Amino acid sequence: MTETTYLEAIRQALAEEMNRDPAVVLLGEDVGVYGGAFKASQGLLERFGWERVIDTPISESAIVGAAIGMSFAGLRPVAEMQFIDFIACAFNQITNFAAKAHYLWGAPVPLVLRGPCGGGVHGGPFHSANPEMYFVHTPGLKVVCPATAYDAKGLLKSAIRDNNPVLFFEHKFLYRRIKEELPTGEYTVPIGKAVVRRAGRDLTIISYAAMLHTSLEAAAELAKEGIEAEVVDLRTLLPLDHETILASVRKTNKLLVVHEDTRTGGMAGEIAALVTESAFEDLDGPIRRVTSLDTPVPYASALEEYFLPNVAKVVTMARELAHY
Amino acid sequence: MARLFRQNKILGGLYSSYGQEAISVGTAFALGPGDWIAPMIRNIGALLVRGFKPRDILTQHMARYTSPTKGKDGTSHFGDLKMRHVVSPTSVLGDLIPVMAGIAMAGRYLGQKIVTMTWIGDGGTSTGVFHEGLNLAAVQKAPFVLVVENNQWAYSTPVERQTGLRDLADRAKAYGIKGAIVDGNDVIAVERTTREAVAYARAGNGPVLIEAKTMRMRGHAQHDAAEYVPRETLESWKRRDPLDLYEKYLGKHKLWNPETKKEIDQRIAREIQEDVEFAENSPFPPAESAEQGVYCEGCHEIKAEWKRPKEEVMPPLSSVKPEWPLHALRGAARAKKSAAQSKPPKRSGR
Repeated sequence: MTETTYLEAIRQALAEEMNRDPAVVLLGEDVGVYGGAFKASQGLLERFGWERVIDTPISESAIVGAAIGMSFAGLRPVAEMQFIDFIACAFNQITNFAAKAHYLWGAPVPLVLRGPCGGGVHGGPFHSANPEMYFVHTPGLKVVCPATAYDAKGLLKSAIRDNNPVLFFEHKFLYRRIKEELPTGEYTVPIGKAVVRRAGRDLTIISYAAMLHTSLEAAAELAKEGIEAEVVDLRTLLPLDHETILASVRKTNKLLVVHEDTRTGGMAGEIAALVTESAFEDLDGPIRRVTSLDTPVPYASALEEYFLPNVAKVVTMARELAHY
Repeated sequence: MARLFRQNKILGGLYSSYGQEAISVGTAFALGPGDWIAPMIRNIGALLVRGFKPRDILTQHMARYTSPTKGKDGTSHFGDLKMRHVVSPTSVLGDLIPVMAGIAMAGRYLGQKIVTMTWIGDGGTSTGVFHEGLNLAAVQKAPFVLVVENNQWAYSTPVERQTGLRDLADRAKAYGIKGAIVDGNDVIAVERTTREAVAYARAGNGPVLIEAKTMRMRGHAQHDAAEYVPRETLESWKRRDPLDLYEKYLGKHKLWNPETKKEIDQRIAREIQEDVEFAENSPFPPAESAEQGVYCEGCHEIKAEWKRPKEEVMPPLSSVKPEWPLHALRGAARAKKSAAQSKPPKRSGR
């Protein structure tokens, strides 16, 4: 039995898709000779050559712009942002060009923009961002945040085959910390489908990415007290799986949303709006959220730990909500 | 179109190409049918060269359902990936440069031997993405031609307040690529210079930057009277109107006579009249179509046009040794050695 890490799952997805379809090419900073800052593309230059694994200058706008151009020519480029924080440099190309091209002039943009996001690794304020909501607020994009190695592989394959620009946020805390046995054969995970990771009756905890694991640990703690939390993993933020969210809330009647992104304008607010609009009568308590603080991600351990959600914070909030 | 604008039949802005016609037409004429362009807002002439019709431009400006974007965008913001290889502009200057570099890289990868081209104004050369895009194109030796239309004005800001350079073609030096200067009001010269640049890029020598010197003869857009432009400057450029110059050329070389001119003018007037009527009689889009088309849900097939064997880019043929050859460093070592052997290094540049 061989277990595959989240990082290795991503590498497998890239290699398998490049092997399946010669239209798939990689570009980004240090993705070739070095194999990527986190080694997500290690070994791919050796196999697929200079034309398909392209080391670029430090130019995020040009990387995304070139990927858009390649996709217009019928390729399926996968562009890497070395750290997802730097996606801000390419914000215009993503939101003004890639996201609008199909709507305005019928030009599909089948590109994937992937990179390491998230905190918990003492990366400091410029290497720990969770920028998903800038893009969830941009019609025309798809935003994927896998939480498991199985999903990382299956969703990345779906993203590469998708005809739309997909932002694929890999949580760097998970890269080498989680692993699982993956199917030996070909599989994909559909974009836009959430999944119930743990069934429960007392409340629903909705989460994604690294916070899924925090939520599952919290659910295990809560179970010791007799509180059965249902844990939903969103997997994709845009398009959002309304059905799975509402079905779970209608079952448990209470909702807690947990995310590592900061609080104001975060995913929890959107989900709270959705649930109050569509399942208000089913709620037996206020919708609660556990999120990071509304600050930049701080560097020192004590500060970052204070900033981030953790199991204790989730347990406290869930307990209070369960007893509401 | 100015009349339609005054009649409020054009919903948004109207950006004139007046005075710059020779650049759009001359550069676009130098390309082959498989080549790609991404026009900017004033490159209406390039759209016509690529086969778009006046009605496409008119319906766009008038936001009709029959327009190429079905009323979702205006002006010359439209394109056609499949037939005409035209990428739509956006209003964000410079973005098209890395996009066209990417198409050039993809075309080379697919074995298509294509060249890509886009245009940028003197003001647009100040953007960050101009630098990023041209630098990427340069290091990739992408078959890409960038036409800098130096019309002296970025809205109300003169080029001297835009850059310390006298010749924008000198920007090419910063990227180690070829630069050229051409009289942007002479369509024959523009076409010739571009043809050379296209051949150079197609042969794998890397990108070319062409600076076409010209003058914007109207305001930034129709609403702008451009009072900040000295009248005498406009007067002197008016004597070098690109259409007049070309007509003189045709007359001098006996390529037409007053009858053929009249015939052509009448044909154009007729075609435009028909297309204005078509546009004015076209419906506006149904309101609910605003919700459609955000995503491609199987409506388009993504298909690369391979002109080389795919096996070449698949293992084992694609396999390489993952190390930089480091030519540059070895070159530097040699230079250091030869410098030590007495001779001072040669000055480059002028």
